[in-house]
Amino acid sequence: MTPFTNKPSPSQPHADNTEVLTDVLEPRICASELNAESAEEIEELERHGLLSEISRRRFIQASSALAASLAFGMPGFIEAQEATHNATVTLKVNGKPQTLSLDSRTSLLDALREHMDMTGTKKGCDHGQCGACTVLIDGRRVNSCLTLAFVSEGAEITTIEGLAKTSDPKAIEDLSAVQAAFLMHDGYQCGYCTPGQIISATAAITEQQKGELSIVSWHSGKNDQPELTDDEIRERMSGNICRCGAYPNIVAAVRAASKGASA
Amino acid sequence: MKSFAYSRATSNAQALEAARARGTQFLAGGTNLVDLMKYQVEQPVTLVDINHLALTEISQIDGGGISIGAMVRNSDLANHPLVRTNYPLLSQALLSGASPQLRNMASTGGNLMQRTRCYYFNDISFSACNKRAPGSGCAALEGYNRIHAILGQTDKGPTSGETCIATHPSDMCVAMAALQATVEVEGRGGRRTIPFAEFHRLPGNDPSRDTTLREGELITAVTLPSAKFAKNAFYLKARDRNSYAFALISVAAGLEMEGTTIRSAGLAMGGVAHKPWRIPEAEKALAGQLASPENFAHAADILLHGAHGYEHNRFKIELAKQGVVRALTVAAQGTSEVA
Repeated sequence: MTPFTNKPSPSQPHADNTEVLTDVLEPRICASELNAESAEEIEELERHGLLSEISRRRFIQASSALAASLAFGMPGFIEAQEATHNATVTLKVNGKPQTLSLDSRTSLLDALREHMDMTGTKKGCDHGQCGACTVLIDGRRVNSCLTLAFVSEGAEITTIEGLAKTSDPKAIEDLSAVQAAFLMHDGYQCGYCTPGQIISATAAITEQQKGELSIVSWHSGKNDQPELTDDEIRERMSGNICRCGAYPNIVAAVRAASKGASA
Repeated sequence: MKSFAYSRATSNAQALEAARARGTQFLAGGTNLVDLMKYQVEQPVTLVDINHLALTEISQIDGGGISIGAMVRNSDLANHPLVRTNYPLLSQALLSGASPQLRNMASTGGNLMQRTRCYYFNDISFSACNKRAPGSGCAALEGYNRIHAILGQTDKGPTSGETCIATHPSDMCVAMAALQATVEVEGRGGRRTIPFAEFHRLPGNDPSRDTTLREGELITAVTLPSAKFAKNAFYLKARDRNSYAFALISVAAGLEMEGTTIRSAGLAMGGVAHKPWRIPEAEKALAGQLASPENFAHAADILLHGAHGYEHNRFKIELAKQGVVRALTVAAQGTSEVA
C-alpha cells in the first residue's frame, strides 16, 4: 500500500503506516515528548509481552492526529503512533554539504530522493537485491537502500547527478565516459535501472584498473591482473538487475567505456 | 521498520558501554541487519554504529598467520595481497558471495553474524519460526524447504519448539572453518578467543541462538593460522544462478600436497547446516593418502554421514557428495589451474 499525502513524505513501502502519520504531525514528536508513559513503564510492558497494550494506548493518543490524517485522504486504517528518533545530519552529496533533519530510520536512498530532491538514484527492491539505488560512498559502490543516512555522514557521496563533467550537461561530450557509452550502445530500454547501472559500471571499471579480482578472475586463472572480458563484466555487474533485459547492450557499453571509448 | 535510537561509537569501550542497554545491536555494514529491520524481523531499540572503530587492519601475526580486523570489508579482504597470495580459498569464497556493492559494505564481523535466509524466518507473516519466535514451531519443515539443512538440524516435527532446519548463508565462514580460524571478541569483562568451530552453533534445543557470542560482546578480529593451502585450494559453490545467489551447497577445499600425496587437508561445507559443516575426521582420513577420486569420495561420505533431506532438498545430499569430490579434485590440480 503506497501512502498518498499532499506533501512530500518519506516513502518507505516496507515501513508501517505509522511513518506517514508521523510525517503529518507538525512539529515532529520526539520519544521523550510523546506521552506520559515513562521509558521504564514501556520496558516493563515489553518484558511482559504487552506490546499490544502499548499499541492500544498509543492508538488512543494518536487518534486525534489520525482523524486529521484521514482528512488528507490517506488510506484506511493506520496503526498506532510510534516514538520516533529525529536528529540533524549533514550529508555531502556531489561535493555539496546539506544539513537535514531526519528520522533515524531514513535510508540514504530516501534521504536523497525524498529530502534532497535528487531523484536520479532509483528505488527498486529496497532490499539490496536489484542495484537500482547504487551510489558511490568515498568512491566505492554501495546499495543506498541498505545504508542508513546517519551512517553516511562525513562521507563523500556521489550520485548519478554528480557523474557528468559539467553540472549542467548539454551535449554528449559533457557526460562521463560511461554515461556516453550507455547512450551510444543503447544500454537500456525503460531506463529505470540505468542510473544504478552507470554508477556501478563506473566503479567496476575503476576496480578492474586497480587489479581487483572477481570470482571469474580466479576461475579463468587471471588472478594476477584481471582483464575486463565480457565474462568479467557480467560477473562484476551482477549486482545490477535489468528487468528489460538490456544486458547485451549494457555489456557493450561497459566494454567500450573500459577501453576509454564511448562508441 | 520500528523506530530506534542511533548512536555512533568511536572506541571499542564506548561501543561496549552502549551495548549494556537492553535491545542494543551493533551496526556494521548493515547489509543484513538493516534489511531484517525493514522486514521487522529485527527490532533493535538502539543501533550502535561501529563503522568508525579502528578495526580495519589486516596484519601478519607471530607464527605466520594473519589477523583480520572485524570491520575489514569483504571486498578489501578478498583483494588484500596477503589473502590473495596465502589464502586463495578465502578470497574465492568471499568473491563467490553477494554482489560487488554488498561486498563493499559487508564487514568481516558482520558476515559472521549473518542470519539465515530461511524464507519463513525472513517473513513475519508466517507465525511459526522457532528462530524468530521461540516455541512457535517450524514452517519450513513441511513447507518449501529447498534451501534448508540436511545435516545437524533439529527435527521433532513442525509444532515442536525445538525444530529448526535453517542453514547458515555465509560463504566466507565456510572458508574460515576449513582454514581453522579463530574469532577474537571483547566484552566488558575482557577479551576471549573462540575457535571457529565453536563460534556458530547447531540449533540443538534453542534455534533462536545462531552463535556462542555472549550478550554485549563485540567481535574485534578473526585470525587465520599460517597458510598451508595456498597452492591447492578451491571454493566450489552450487547455486540456482551462477552469480549473486546463495549456495545450495558449497565446499571449501584446501590441500597441503607432497607430490601426489596429501599431507593435510582443510574441508568444510556451506548451505547444508545451521553452521559451516566441518568434520575433522574427514580431513584426517585424507592425510597421508593419495589424491584420488576414491579417497575424496571417502571423505565426502564421512562429511555427509547421517544426512537427512526433506521434500524439496533431498537432492542436496548427492549434490554435496559430488561437490566435495569435485572441489578436492580441482584443489589437487592447483589453485591456478581451475578453469
